[in-house]
Amino acid sequence: MIEVKGLCKKFGKVTVLDELNITINKGDKMVLVGPSGCGKSTFLRCLNQLEAPDGGEIWFDGQLVNGRGTDINALRRRMGMVFQHFNLFPHLTVKQNITLAPVLQKLKTQAEADEQAMQLLERIGLADKANAYPNTLSGGQKQRIAIVRALAMDPEVLLFDEPTSALDPEMVGEVLQLMKELAASGMTMVVVTHEMGFAREVANRVVFINEGKVQEDEPPAEFFNHPKNPRLRDFLSKVL
Amino acid sequence: MGLLQSFFESDFWQIHIYTNFIAEDRWKYLTDGLQVTIIITLAALVIGIVLGALVSVVRVTHDKAGKPGIGLKLLNGVCQFYLTVIRGTPVMVQLLIMYFVVFATVDPGKLAVAIIAFGINSGAYVAEIFRSGIMSVDPGQMEAGRSLGLSYGQVMSRIIMPQAVKNILPTLNNEFIALVKETAVVGYIALGDLTRGGDQIRSQTWDAFPPLLAVALIYLAIVMLLEKLGRTVERRLAQSDRS
Repeated sequence: MIEVKGLCKKFGKVTVLDELNITINKGDKMVLVGPSGCGKSTFLRCLNQLEAPDGGEIWFDGQLVNGRGTDINALRRRMGMVFQHFNLFPHLTVKQNITLAPVLQKLKTQAEADEQAMQLLERIGLADKANAYPNTLSGGQKQRIAIVRALAMDPEVLLFDEPTSALDPEMVGEVLQLMKELAASGMTMVVVTHEMGFAREVANRVVFINEGKVQEDEPPAEFFNHPKNPRLRDFLSKVL
Repeated sequence: MGLLQSFFESDFWQIHIYTNFIAEDRWKYLTDGLQVTIIITLAALVIGIVLGALVSVVRVTHDKAGKPGIGLKLLNGVCQFYLTVIRGTPVMVQLLIMYFVVFATVDPGKLAVAIIAFGINSGAYVAEIFRSGIMSVDPGQMEAGRSLGLSYGQVMSRIIMPQAVKNILPTLNNEFIALVKETAVVGYIALGDLTRGGDQIRSQTWDAFPPLLAVALIYLAIVMLLEKLGRTVERRLAQSDRS
């Protein structure tokens, strides 16, 4: 579904991604882990071009994502993203947050989008917050609504950039629960996270990125129980 | 009855009030002048906001683009030049140049010249106010909007600008208040605004204090009204801040 070939990204003189290769298949639940600054977030942000790569190719369903003539907006519609700091639109109500993009891009009428928004909110138990503003919500509620906002575009893959890192501990569970439900529904997910429990339980592939390269790419059981790469062993001994 | 009669026969009434404002319908200098002041201010305001918003978006877009194209570079250069020149010279000089040089041969009318001069002047200040407002919006907002497939323009107009405007409202209101009072120099191109109106009365009655005090009080009233209006709008837009 997504094929990354020789991806390079530099910030100034620092090489963050160094000829990174990986393939993401349809239905994959891929969790990316690695020491901070290893480039896992940058990799994620390159996938939908929030970060422009310095080299390499990213193919999405046979289309070159980082090509010159690519309609990036059309591709982004199919790749939802969830951010560490939620990035809800504070001047819009919860429902408007969800319906803005599909309606502006004429993918749905306002009535259709409203109906879908209410269904999605119903599903996460926040239908009563439809007309509330984001500032009145808890972090966990905000993140779940941000996920729903991405879902309203009917994406084929969801990218999660440390979705629980900015949350109070007691709110992490509700967000992970929603992500588990999404995984169970068959959504293709790429998740950067420090939640090793989530990686163990939900992922079908856990990927260790270090020094700008993929250094381990295994199913969770193998990844956590028999890490081959010495840097990964070192990393796991610190976080587990 | 005697009290009222003696009031109307007093020097205060006869000389200061009656002569200055009532005799020969002199109050009309003030009301006509007020009209001109309001028209210039409102029209310049609209021009200033449109111009300022456009210039600020060009500047921000240029500064954020890693490798801006030649067109954007050129546009940004024009905007920079505009800001430097307009903010670097007195508005009165700009008004005089506009009237005596730019529109020396084709005369669109003094009122139009004043509106254009003040609109262009205000636009430069409003542009920098808007720019600070746009920069005060979390960059994550642009990323979230773009990640949903919205275009740069759509995110700018529907997500960034509404938040920017809310952030800059007090500063913007301040600019409007300054603009009202700056228009007081249009008398230099012989346009009968409020200040000029008061001065006309003074030159006829040789009694300076009452007409000038009246002019000052009218400006004060307008500014107080603008302050109140600004607070009301701020409260309305602060709706989403309540938690």
